[in-house]
Amino acid sequence: MLTRRHIIGAASAVALMLSGNIASAQETYIPLVSKGFQHQFWQAVKAGADQASEEFGVAITFEGPDNETMVDRQIDMLAAALAKNPTAIGFAALDSQAAIPLLRQAQEKGIPVIAFDSGVDSDIPVTTASTDNIAAASLAADKMAEKIGGSGKVAVVAHDQTSRTGVDRRDGFLNRIKDKYPDIEVVTVQYGAGDHLKSTELTKAILTANPDLKGIFGTNEGSAIGVVNGVSEMGKSDLVIIGYDSGKAQKDAIRSGLMAGAITQNPVGIGYETVKAALEASQGKEVPAHIDTGFYYYDSSNIDDPKIAAVLYD
Amino acid sequence: MTVVNSSSTPSLFARLIDTGAHQKLLAFASLIMLLIGFSIASPNFMQTSNMIAILQATSVNGVLAVAATLVIITGGIDLSVGTLMTFCAVIAGVVLTNLGMPLPIGVLAAIGAGAFCGLCSGTFVAKMKIPPFIATLGMMLILKGLSLVISDTRPIYFNDTPGFDQISRGSLIGDIFPALPIPNGVLILFIVALAAAYILGRTVLGRYTFALGSNEEAVRLSGVNTDFWKMSVYSLAGAICGIAGILIASRLNSAQPALGLGYELEAIAAVVIGGTSLSGGRGTVLGTLIGALIMAVLTNGLRVLSVAQEWQTVVTGAIIILAVYADMVRKKKA
Repeated sequence: MLTRRHIIGAASAVALMLSGNIASAQETYIPLVSKGFQHQFWQAVKAGADQASEEFGVAITFEGPDNETMVDRQIDMLAAALAKNPTAIGFAALDSQAAIPLLRQAQEKGIPVIAFDSGVDSDIPVTTASTDNIAAASLAADKMAEKIGGSGKVAVVAHDQTSRTGVDRRDGFLNRIKDKYPDIEVVTVQYGAGDHLKSTELTKAILTANPDLKGIFGTNEGSAIGVVNGVSEMGKSDLVIIGYDSGKAQKDAIRSGLMAGAITQNPVGIGYETVKAALEASQGKEVPAHIDTGFYYYDSSNIDDPKIAAVLYD
Repeated sequence: MTVVNSSSTPSLFARLIDTGAHQKLLAFASLIMLLIGFSIASPNFMQTSNMIAILQATSVNGVLAVAATLVIITGGIDLSVGTLMTFCAVIAGVVLTNLGMPLPIGVLAAIGAGAFCGLCSGTFVAKMKIPPFIATLGMMLILKGLSLVISDTRPIYFNDTPGFDQISRGSLIGDIFPALPIPNGVLILFIVALAAAYILGRTVLGRYTFALGSNEEAVRLSGVNTDFWKMSVYSLAGAICGIAGILIASRLNSAQPALGLGYELEAIAAVVIGGTSLSGGRGTVLGTLIGALIMAVLTNGLRVLSVAQEWQTVVTGAIIILAVYADMVRKKKA
């Protein structure tokens, strides 16, 4: 009996020591419940949130489930965050529908909810801080046109045809080409689920069918790496490849010249803007319905630029 | 129902709690102390809404842990409980949303699918003599894959089945006592636990469950069809996973086909914290229930205290080891 009591006592003590910054009732406290935690992308979002937390003197916590399938775990995290009577909540929904009862609860308590990374299908969040994927993909189209000289055939290897990011990036690219570059023909859009191997096979099939292809746009990290692999397996060297996001393989491909360049989102900015908007909303200030957290185009010339290097991850 | 080989005849209550009642008392005392500790540490912890959040977080893991308890008492292990839960949720989604069948049929289909998959695992273990760890590891992967195949790797929503989300989210208790809006999911957990405790304590199946874990060879030599009973236990555990599948699908109002991996380990952790022996022959449902509650209180409490997520995991792991060690020390003394 004594043993167990000691153990639990010790454990509680450890817990207390670890929680150096318990948010008190008066303090401004903003929990962020994200889609993930251990991936480099989410750690970069957390770094941005920490930066805002220091700058504005607000307490934050950043949590997310171990992987993006654990919808119920994320709901439990949101429930625990609500229990702390926070000033505002940042939330990146894995599944909008599952979270709605809790979001409604937040609304009833008068706690502003800020959606980040991807939107929530509901009118409860006061704003959404995320990358403008349409604008980012348009920039990719501009860069593609510039590199291939304004005319010729190109293809798109996308990651999926249903998710918000998949649709926005594909359409952003296609519409820009259609509107601005009449001499460029997009011969095909193929979907590789962001899987390296699948995207590699797709790329090889596209190249076989279109030997005169001038460029390929890969819409996320996995797609872009697949394109690079496919192109090098086919022994092509004069193709313009534009990628998306970062990661070690993609950065290496850009440094070696295999890839012309890529769009990177600004995960640090997503975290920073979320905390900033949460604070402003809780003070009753107007916040725009959508906050574009920004994006950059990077290539071998600016990959080591401090501003760019800060938002890239391995 | 007759009880095999019982020298003493304890009361129903004592039987439900198990002979080692004071061991459960210990686990219970730890739970209370965690609750008190967290309440002192944070004023936000002990609120009705947070207590309900904890109970709701326990419901799915609790039901899975009850299923795992049955199998573990036979000396086996079931690694497939998490993905079986998902598989059953997907089956419910197909039956209700894709085929448009009425609600009770969807629920029965999920439970039936669970029982069938449990029977498959049981057959692999009992008839084909594949070690439970391997047999259920195989099932775990098969079911994970099948869930993705059947659902076309997309979540299936239950918007066309009115009332489905109320199975877990609604509150019958809250309708009667508005001050206590305990979700139905929690109610179902307690009903499942009571039923499982009754089966373990009062039925032939229960007696053989313990007997298989204590000394399977002796049971077999005394002329009992051990294969049949073992397959029955795995089927029952599978059916309980089906109930967990309904609970999680209802809570999320969708069947999420990629979910489920990793849930088996949390269920096993709850079983072990609750004092059930991994070598079989000993264990209680009440202990498991307390174990699941301890896990949920710990996770929630550390979150409410704003402990960094990296450290939450470390503390949870340490608590599992300490709890089991304390239990072993106590048993040596006894």
